[in-house]
Amino acid sequence: MAILSNTENFWESFGSNFPKIDIKQYAVFLLIPVLAPVFLVFLWLILASRIDNQVILPGVWEVGTLLFHPTQDMIGMGSLAGNVLVSLVRVVMGYSIAAVVAVPLGVVMGYYGLVFRFFNGFLSLFRPIPPLAWVPLVMAWFGISSLATLIGVETGRSFIYLNNIKFAMLFIIFIGAFYPILTATIHGVRNVEVTLIDSARVLGATEGQIFRKILIPAAMPSIITGMRIGLGIAWMCLVSAEMLPGSLSGIGYMITHAFTLASTDIVIAGMISIGVVGGFMDMVFRRIELKKFSWRKQAVS
Amino acid sequence: MNGERQEIIGIRGLSKTFTTQKGDQFLAVDNISLKIFKNSFTCIVGPSGCGKSTILRIAAGLEHASTGTVHYGASPVTKPCGEIGLVFQEYSLFPWMTVLDNVAAGPKFAKVDKKKRRHDAMDYLLMVNMETFKDAYPHELSGGMRQRVAIARALANEPDVLLMDEPFGALDAHTRILLQQELLRVWELTHKTIVLVTHSVDEAVFLADEILVMSCRPGQIRKKIQVDMERPRSRANPKFGALTDDILRELGNGMVKS
Repeated sequence: MAILSNTENFWESFGSNFPKIDIKQYAVFLLIPVLAPVFLVFLWLILASRIDNQVILPGVWEVGTLLFHPTQDMIGMGSLAGNVLVSLVRVVMGYSIAAVVAVPLGVVMGYYGLVFRFFNGFLSLFRPIPPLAWVPLVMAWFGISSLATLIGVETGRSFIYLNNIKFAMLFIIFIGAFYPILTATIHGVRNVEVTLIDSARVLGATEGQIFRKILIPAAMPSIITGMRIGLGIAWMCLVSAEMLPGSLSGIGYMITHAFTLASTDIVIAGMISIGVVGGFMDMVFRRIELKKFSWRKQAVS
Repeated sequence: MNGERQEIIGIRGLSKTFTTQKGDQFLAVDNISLKIFKNSFTCIVGPSGCGKSTILRIAAGLEHASTGTVHYGASPVTKPCGEIGLVFQEYSLFPWMTVLDNVAAGPKFAKVDKKKRRHDAMDYLLMVNMETFKDAYPHELSGGMRQRVAIARALANEPDVLLMDEPFGALDAHTRILLQQELLRVWELTHKTIVLVTHSVDEAVFLADEILVMSCRPGQIRKKIQVDMERPRSRANPKFGALTDDILRELGNGMVKS
């Protein structure tokens, strides 16, 4: 209460006729989302000091130090930032391939009943298989081959970079992202108002133009939602895949490896990084959804 | 005007059968023949579900006839063509495009140069008094405004024939009357041939040179009525009332029969 009345005086001292109620509401509005995290950190502080065991629960400051020095090398596992970056590059590559395959396939499946019938049974068989259940098979297929194997680089700096992009991991990410994007695209295309397609036809659109100029933009809000969900799943799959034996880099590897060394502070710092990166990617997509597709909500009112 | 009437659309023996989900055959349009003359304004009136819209969709090339033919001039209509435009009842504007881009959509499909198509689109927006809304999106417009834009978009494709499927069906009474007047103005300005489908007898009598009265199940043309009243027509004119009454009675007979 005291703080609030202070801010009131603060604004009044400027002699401005700011509507006070708005500032109060705005402050509360900004404060609300911060409350839960602050409470969590507070709880963490108390528990850590009570437990007083670095392996079970390291202190907030230890973890904070790691997070604020992301480029520092950690006991031979590479730096936090480096590992996050390796994971990100993997996700972006596997995810892009998934999007490039799933969106056109989804548009065609959503539009042509026959194509849908042709693919749907086949794809539905694989849909319920969790991406991680593919790991043994994928390891048998791809082993430890990577982009470096493909290009034929065997030494040097570029080998180190390229060798991080393992086909097995790209495949797992692909599977994880593929289905949400495909399903959302099919759904989006099927729900395009028939009147819009008919209008385009009457205005002289060719079949190709109907795809590019009508179906894809009309289904885009749904496609973007699918891409957002797909990216989240891809990120989760990757981190899990990196935790499996045989992985030598990436944020998932870092966490597992730190665990074997009983460095729980690194584990927690890694987990927080995963959350922050995932949350940030999701936010970017949500921004796009809100900004570009505001017409969607009001279009059929 | 009756001296040299040039036929622009000829429909001969047109029937359309739909198959319902149960697999039953349903005759929507039964053996319809009619002629539409150049620069005329024809209204097709009939109760809901009598196949009026089906006739328009076939004439626009969106659907195929089960039997019979539709000709534009000398050539049969089997797919949409630039010479025949169609205005839908509602929700036909592309919601992700601005008003101007919507109107320029047809020329864009035809790969008309961007500058020219935007310039032409502006002319048509001026014609329907929507020029100040050129940068608005469809969801920001009222129902009446959207239909103005839909009409401008159809005109911007420069068709000879404008088919209109209940274009004012979703509007309130006042806006509807306003847009009827505007449509007549546009028609006189552009000399298009218009075929308008409506279930409002009042609308048909206000607009048309010729009214085709349809009956239901199967959809057939019961009567063709020439309207020889001077425009602008007044709804207070006794002739207006008498004709409206006649058509309503005709529709009523059709209903009792079915």
